[in-house]
Amino acid sequence: MASETTAGTIAPATSDDGVLGFSRAQLAALGVLVAFLAIAPFFLYPVFLMKLLCFALFACAFNLLIGYVGLLSFGHAAYFGMGGYIAGYTAKAYGLTPEVAVLCGAVVAGLQGWVFGWIAIRRQGIYFAMITLAMAQMVYFFCVQAPFTGGEDGIQAIPRGSLFGAISLSSDMTMYWFVAAVFLIGFLLVHRVIHSPYGQVLKAIRENEPRATSLGYRTDDYKLVAFILSATLAGVAGGVKSLVFGIATLTDVHWSMSGEVVLMTLVGGLGTVFGPVVGAAVIVTMQNYLAEMGAWVTVIQGAIFVAVVLAFRRGIVGEIANALKVKL
Amino acid sequence: MLEFIESITGVPTPLLFGQLLLGLINGAFYAMLSLGLAVIFGLLNIINFTHGAQFMMGAFVAWMLLNWLGLGYWWALLLAPLIVGATGVIIERTMISRLYKLDHLYGLLLTFGIGLMIEGVFRNEFGSSGLPYRIPAELQGAWDLGFMFMPIYRGWVVLFALICCLATWLVIEKTRLGAYLRAATENAALVQAFGVNVPRMITLTYGAGVALAALAGVLAAPIYSVNPQMGTNLIIVVFAVVVIGGMGSILGSVLTGFGLGIIEGLTKVYWPEASATVIFVIMAIVLLTRPAGLFGRA
Repeated sequence: MASETTAGTIAPATSDDGVLGFSRAQLAALGVLVAFLAIAPFFLYPVFLMKLLCFALFACAFNLLIGYVGLLSFGHAAYFGMGGYIAGYTAKAYGLTPEVAVLCGAVVAGLQGWVFGWIAIRRQGIYFAMITLAMAQMVYFFCVQAPFTGGEDGIQAIPRGSLFGAISLSSDMTMYWFVAAVFLIGFLLVHRVIHSPYGQVLKAIRENEPRATSLGYRTDDYKLVAFILSATLAGVAGGVKSLVFGIATLTDVHWSMSGEVVLMTLVGGLGTVFGPVVGAAVIVTMQNYLAEMGAWVTVIQGAIFVAVVLAFRRGIVGEIANALKVKL
Repeated sequence: MLEFIESITGVPTPLLFGQLLLGLINGAFYAMLSLGLAVIFGLLNIINFTHGAQFMMGAFVAWMLLNWLGLGYWWALLLAPLIVGATGVIIERTMISRLYKLDHLYGLLLTFGIGLMIEGVFRNEFGSSGLPYRIPAELQGAWDLGFMFMPIYRGWVVLFALICCLATWLVIEKTRLGAYLRAATENAALVQAFGVNVPRMITLTYGAGVALAALAGVLAAPIYSVNPQMGTNLIIVVFAVVVIGGMGSILGSVLTGFGLGIIEGLTKVYWPEASATVIFVIMAIVLLTRPAGLFGRA
């Protein structure tokens, strides 16, 4: 990562100013985002929006690693899917309330991230990508065989339950506000982490790991904490998704899901705060409209990968930010 | 003798040897695919995520040659690697070559995207159920080895894969071309300064690595059914194999490939549930003890 500073760069260095680490342009963009969250369910189908927000949070979690630590995890479906399975199972079998079920999913995903991250951070670059992919494939095979996941059928008819045991989430509109709140908290958390002193060290590691080491930082510890955090948030996203749809299946632990979150983040803009959200919106919308085209969706996704990597590496938000000469 | 083996291993010998043979065959594919990945990685510094799709293309080209042109297995063994290798050359020239100055992760993302496109196109054309490909007449039947029946074709696959791996090793270690290749892997700029056309060498190396994948695909066609997903699941295991072996040595990748295939086969005998994950577990253990891989340089 270190040698890149111009067009091929993963992300520009950020300078902190303004409120809560948000620059003025970012505050404006945040305002637009919050306004969209508030208005959208009255115009768009809430279930579609909830799906979008789950993937947006998933992509934000992924972006924390690739955009700010420079680690490309190619196995994030393992945490997303496991979060979904655990949340779905605890909600259905033990009747836990949704917030506790999601929390359980997040904790398990985080523990999994701890173990896998501990193993994977021994290598960098493409080896890191291959290792995380292989680990995720192991989780996939585990989920195919483990009794609690329901194998090919998945866990079905997961109840949404009542938030804090008091507010029923059975209506899509109530559920939407819950999902939107979870997303916003996760989004702000990632942003807060990136702009904390800890986040500055992460960026230093991304730019030049040997130098960060020479300054006395235990870079492996920093990377591991970022990995755990990212896995936990991916677990939250997966858990919420399984509650929204009432189902947790093998699709969410499959390697193609890992590829999708890479694509979302890449399209939106690696290492931008708002990029993963925009990228998730673009890809989920596209899948929605192209659903009946079958395998062509895969071809189109592949083509987008190729086009973005060859011609348009900053992604949508990165290009806008570059044109406006601001950080987004 | 057989009773003795049975009493030691605790499983019926036909089962044991059957799974060992299956493990050897999987190992042959692991070895050929990880060899191609290692050769490409050495010179291009990218990990070729399209490799699984190119393996699958090899099998499909063999099927097309047979069903559309009436050209049988032996022709496919010659032509399919050339055809798929040529598509690899085009991919390298038009796309991958634009990324050498960038972070290596972009090469990974690009080849992943290309792999998705190829797989999607084949799934649209041929569906995902799989097409049959007959074992050539010369290699049908089985040998009675006394302790088991050995299907001739399976023995052929193991033998041919070994020969391919050995040939690749000889070319890289013992020929002038191989010497250029190794020199360019160490320092491309210096080799170019000596008047060697390094960009062309890079292109041909990619083509050769891809051709090796396609050749493995042709070998696999009569064993597995020819279907668009046949490469993807295999290639993820091969990535783990590459991490375990390290990409520093040719013989290392071959040994690791065959060895892990056999271990996987044995796991199928003793603990079938773990056979899908055993290689990944070994990968984790190797990373904890020798992060650079068994044959890798740190």
